[in-house]
Amino acid sequence: MSGTALLVITIILLAIIGVVIGAFLVFAGRKFAVEVDPRESAVREALPGNNCGACGYPGCDGCAAAIAKGEAPVNACPVGGAPVADKISGIMGVEAGAIEKKVAFVRCAGTCDAAKRNGTYVGIPSCSAAQAVPGAGGKACQQGCLGFGECVQACEFDAIHVVNGVAVVNREKCVGCGKCAAACPQHLIDIMPDRSKYAVQCRNTEKGVLVKQQCDAGCLGCSLCVKQCHFDAISVTNNLAQIDYEKCRSCGLCAQKCPAKIITKRVG
Amino acid sequence: MSYRFRGGVHPNPNKELSADKPFVTLQPKGEMVYPISQHIGKPARPVVRRGDLVEAGQLIAEADGFVSANIYATVSGKVKAIEHRRTYAAVPAECIVITNDGEYRVKEGVGVEEDPAGLTNAQILDRIKMAGIVGLGGAGFPTHVKLAPKDPSAIRYIVANGAECEPGITCDDRLMREKPEWVVEGMRCVLRLFPNAKAVICIEENKPEAIAAIQKAIQGDERFSVLPLQVRYPQGSERNLVHAVTGYYMESAALPASLGCIVDNVWTLAAIYRAVCFNEPLMERGVTVTGEGAVNPGNFLVRIGTSAQEVLEAAGGLKEETRKILLGGPMMGAAIPRTDIPLTKQNNALYCMTVDEVELAEAQQTNCIRCGRCIRSCPLGLSPQLMMEAAKRGDLERFIALHGLDCIQCGCCTYTCPAKQPLVPMFKLFKPRAMAYNRAKMAKEASK
Repeated sequence: MSGTALLVITIILLAIIGVVIGAFLVFAGRKFAVEVDPRESAVREALPGNNCGACGYPGCDGCAAAIAKGEAPVNACPVGGAPVADKISGIMGVEAGAIEKKVAFVRCAGTCDAAKRNGTYVGIPSCSAAQAVPGAGGKACQQGCLGFGECVQACEFDAIHVVNGVAVVNREKCVGCGKCAAACPQHLIDIMPDRSKYAVQCRNTEKGVLVKQQCDAGCLGCSLCVKQCHFDAISVTNNLAQIDYEKCRSCGLCAQKCPAKIITKRVG
Repeated sequence: MSYRFRGGVHPNPNKELSADKPFVTLQPKGEMVYPISQHIGKPARPVVRRGDLVEAGQLIAEADGFVSANIYATVSGKVKAIEHRRTYAAVPAECIVITNDGEYRVKEGVGVEEDPAGLTNAQILDRIKMAGIVGLGGAGFPTHVKLAPKDPSAIRYIVANGAECEPGITCDDRLMREKPEWVVEGMRCVLRLFPNAKAVICIEENKPEAIAAIQKAIQGDERFSVLPLQVRYPQGSERNLVHAVTGYYMESAALPASLGCIVDNVWTLAAIYRAVCFNEPLMERGVTVTGEGAVNPGNFLVRIGTSAQEVLEAAGGLKEETRKILLGGPMMGAAIPRTDIPLTKQNNALYCMTVDEVELAEAQQTNCIRCGRCIRSCPLGLSPQLMMEAAKRGDLERFIALHGLDCIQCGCCTYTCPAKQPLVPMFKLFKPRAMAYNRAKMAKEASK
């Protein structure tokens, strides 16, 4: 057989194989097609795409599938907030309902200037390691911010930073996903409604006299705020004031009266 | 040649500071603080109220469940409060506070000598349980649980742990020298519970006086023997003692009972003796104050609940250059930031350092050079270097696969590491997480 004939036969053979396989693929693609809800991919497009998991589903894909199936509400994504919920409600054709923006708030004001120290912590520079040793870190207060920034590492939105020994939330950037709250070994971070302007910036449950020995910025549990509040929104348990954010109307009377100036108006 | 286990290190035993100081009984003056959790298991439940008058030897908190232990007042006085106080725990813990009236009145019936021959086995076990005895070596596991295995006749050895391998601490040594009969009689009480058991008292070779004293006390009793052990840390770990006595290594996550052994610290045995023969609950224990930072290092018989400050004052206070105080020895102890915390059943020493070695090590810390010293020194045959890599990555699966949960946190790897890597602190941090992960995984599998 001459070289030309071999070449021609090869090309023809390959062309036939290509056509056969192509035909099979077209057939298989039609026969075994999976029904995809077009809304799911649309919802997925609308979601922010951080895969943070704040909604409780495995990433944005999981959340989109749940919304498309109707298992999750259209405002399931706490990160996207109202704009995203509006978009998704358009896709799904249902009313979005009111969605409340939530933000993280660090309940410690024990900066390097305010907190007294009773030792120097040496060892692995992480909050969990410092918390596990007797005395919990170098600050005299055992329940305050340790300042090694496990919350900073957890945050995917660059919204929390350690400033002067205490973690501080940037309210503009915070989306309220709650990852920092889960990462904090001291359980210092509250996820609170953005509309509430006042919060108790302390978590120390010891008696007032002991708190004073430990920190210049600590809740003494004096209950003056409880008497001030017209809306029954503040309670003191375990020597620590706690504002019920549902009831709070942000009037600020408690903050005016607080002798320790530890009920603070959140800035930012 | 005497027994030597695999791995281990040889830190400076540093016992000469306090080894020759006899016990001084310390009568506390200030208020006494009793954390309700001084043992492994469920915290005890307070049975006194604020304002109650109590006497030494009176029950103030009762065991809540089987794995729990009673707590007794160790002075007479008034219950000042039941509140959260600072202890050696990371966060304030619930404590019973008693103001000491300085009279040390003892409750009627406590400390009356009684011949244990008239007691049944069940009564002996009950007395040990009532006395609130826990493992006084440091772990604080309730002793009555340990002494009630499924099959008492399968127990072949009762091992008394007098190794005291931790540098600096001498309270076990002093006990065996001064009161060998407490240990031996306590052992006799325990032996009555186990018909087939022999008593082995393990002591490191650097305590010849203790060995001689115990040998004298056990003369003529064939069920007893003394086993001198090579001086090496951690010789006093349960696993190493079981291997020394039986010649077998314990399996991963096994208890000594699986090899027919029960291991008790010598102080636990002394407490058993006083509970069974004197009807006296666990009220005092030996505490060593030592280290270069203590003015007069020594050994003290301390009533449980005394503040660490009072014990340090009894030892002449601290030198000015003291940098750090450890509760426990330098290998396994924890640094305490303040001295106004109570001493509990689990605390056997206050070690005052003039040099903060952790701080020094941190300054010299370098990357791992893969020399393998940590692997050679691990008494369990683990690979600390690989475990550290897994822990740094946060790889729980790998950490568990490397048997990281078997780590006894003895500190040999950290001691020997030339790169000064914080191996054991990292494992301490990581183990609870890995355990929680394991539990969650098991629960998931069980629900399938």
